[in-house]
Amino acid sequence: MSGNAKLEIRDLTMLYKTGDGVRNINLAVEQGELVTLLGPSGCGKTTILRTIGGFLHAASGQILISGKDITHMLPEKRPTAMVFQSYNLWPHMTVYENMAFGLKLRKVSKSEQKRRIAEMLEMIKMSGYEKKYPGQMSGGQQQRIAIGRSLLLQPDVLLLDEPFSALDAKIRSQMREELRKIQTDLNITVVFVTHDQEEAMALSDRIVVMNKGSFEQVGPPQEIYNHPASRYVADFIGEMNFIPMPDGSAKAVRPENVSVSPGTGGNLDGYVRTIMMLGHYIEMTVDTDCGIVKLFVSAEEAERYKRGDPVALTFGESHRYNDDQSAAG
Amino acid sequence: MSMSYLNPKRWLHMMGRKKFGEFLILAAFMLFFYGPLLHMFMLAFANKYEMPGVLPQEFGFQWWRYVLAQPTLVSSIVLSFTIALITTGLSLLICIPAAYVLARYEFPGRKLVMFSFLLGNAFPKIGIYASMGIIFYRIGLMGTLPGVLIVHLLGGMMLMIWMPTNAFKNVPRQQEEAARDIGAGPIRTFFYVTLPMAWPGIAVASMFTFIGSLGENQGTLLVGLPNYRTMPVEMYGVILDYPATAGAVFALILLIPNILLLFLMRKYVGPETLSKGFKMG
Repeated sequence: MSGNAKLEIRDLTMLYKTGDGVRNINLAVEQGELVTLLGPSGCGKTTILRTIGGFLHAASGQILISGKDITHMLPEKRPTAMVFQSYNLWPHMTVYENMAFGLKLRKVSKSEQKRRIAEMLEMIKMSGYEKKYPGQMSGGQQQRIAIGRSLLLQPDVLLLDEPFSALDAKIRSQMREELRKIQTDLNITVVFVTHDQEEAMALSDRIVVMNKGSFEQVGPPQEIYNHPASRYVADFIGEMNFIPMPDGSAKAVRPENVSVSPGTGGNLDGYVRTIMMLGHYIEMTVDTDCGIVKLFVSAEEAERYKRGDPVALTFGESHRYNDDQSAAG
Repeated sequence: MSMSYLNPKRWLHMMGRKKFGEFLILAAFMLFFYGPLLHMFMLAFANKYEMPGVLPQEFGFQWWRYVLAQPTLVSSIVLSFTIALITTGLSLLICIPAAYVLARYEFPGRKLVMFSFLLGNAFPKIGIYASMGIIFYRIGLMGTLPGVLIVHLLGGMMLMIWMPTNAFKNVPRQQEEAARDIGAGPIRTFFYVTLPMAWPGIAVASMFTFIGSLGENQGTLLVGLPNYRTMPVEMYGVILDYPATAGAVFALILLIPNILLLFLMRKYVGPETLSKGFKMG
């Protein structure tokens, strides 16, 4: 365990009455790092986040921020700030009042409040919205204000619970970029929760892939993508072809690592099933004895094929997973 | 050819038989429904009214001056409004914290507690008041202000528990959590976030409690006499002892708060607040 991690979670267990929850969680997040908890609904990522924020009580374990044990602190006393998926801003207050609320509590002078809010609004590109009410703004704008409001308090750790999940795809990628820029500019430590693996890959310094209450793999996006530690991670991140092997294990190959040529004689042979235009490249699926294999080809290459053609597939980098889902060679 | 706009024959042919028939039924209903009210309204401002005439012979405020000069009547007006205010205030004090707990905490038996508040309105009130009377006699609450207040409070219980509970439920938890996260303690969160957001539902319930208290008669008659005579209690006597015009004035004084509050509600509170107020859950 790194001695000067900004956020440290030691052996954390948090269980609901139903028995679901998280057990023996250990994680260290460095100052300025953006760590994403990634997984499907119910995997425990939000549980961990809310426990850090103080909205859930840990059954056992410790949470330390800047070396201080905050495990039993009330949420209002913790040096964390949280942004939820929705319902962040108070609808009966203007943007200015929303942002000033926390500053007023900390006895910041009126002029200083004004200065800081104006500064933050500029940073999140929402200058001029002081007098607007949340109901008059779009979802994306509201989330920007919510993030700005949290940043105003200069928290030690910023917690984000799927903040962009309720937004349109286009806005989502915009917000992602802005968040990343602000985060790196301010060198803020962030724990981000999402079920969207694309989002996790784009944003994070490190990703924690979760499954049913425990960590499957922790590492930088490239490592997770190129060396998935288990079949679950291989399947969850990016696209993956799983080809069953005679000994019961599965061979996993990314579509971009599959090359195609007409005829037979490759690692695996089959017939062209579909050819789909996805913008600047083509997605092709091939029917084989071992199931359907997906691969990508350039537009010009795709011209050579049509549905039903016999093709030979060659595999590049691949991984093997045993019966019990763990990695094999 | 002169066109008479009020000629029913022209209407009949313009609308068609079916619509004309519906129109007639509607007109009859409106007359039946609003007729007595309009008549009373008119009587209140009639200086002189003799029966065969449809409209008063003379209009004026004579009877208003008369009513407001009767000390017993005026004191009953003051008492009614005072009790209504105290009832609403006490109700808020008792019911708001209870409603918050019911809204936020899933304790065992919660649904039963919510349901129990419906029971007060499930039975004929006079039966409840009669049994209350018996108990009040025993513990000496008959003819006292606390006794009358209890009667008034009970009348509004269901409304003051159900509507605020649902109003609080409709405040998303995340917004309270956001306040806690920012640094506000639970009390501050309640007053700066939860209460302002739940206010429309609570305001409606308060208005209804106020009006209900003004109109409360059976229980007050039983428990309050002879010391506490509210307007409705006085009304029984007024109808017997005073001319119809005075009665009309008195009735209007009772009615005005109702009309005013209905106006306010229509202007500031939407129908959804009302419907959301009665969700069971």
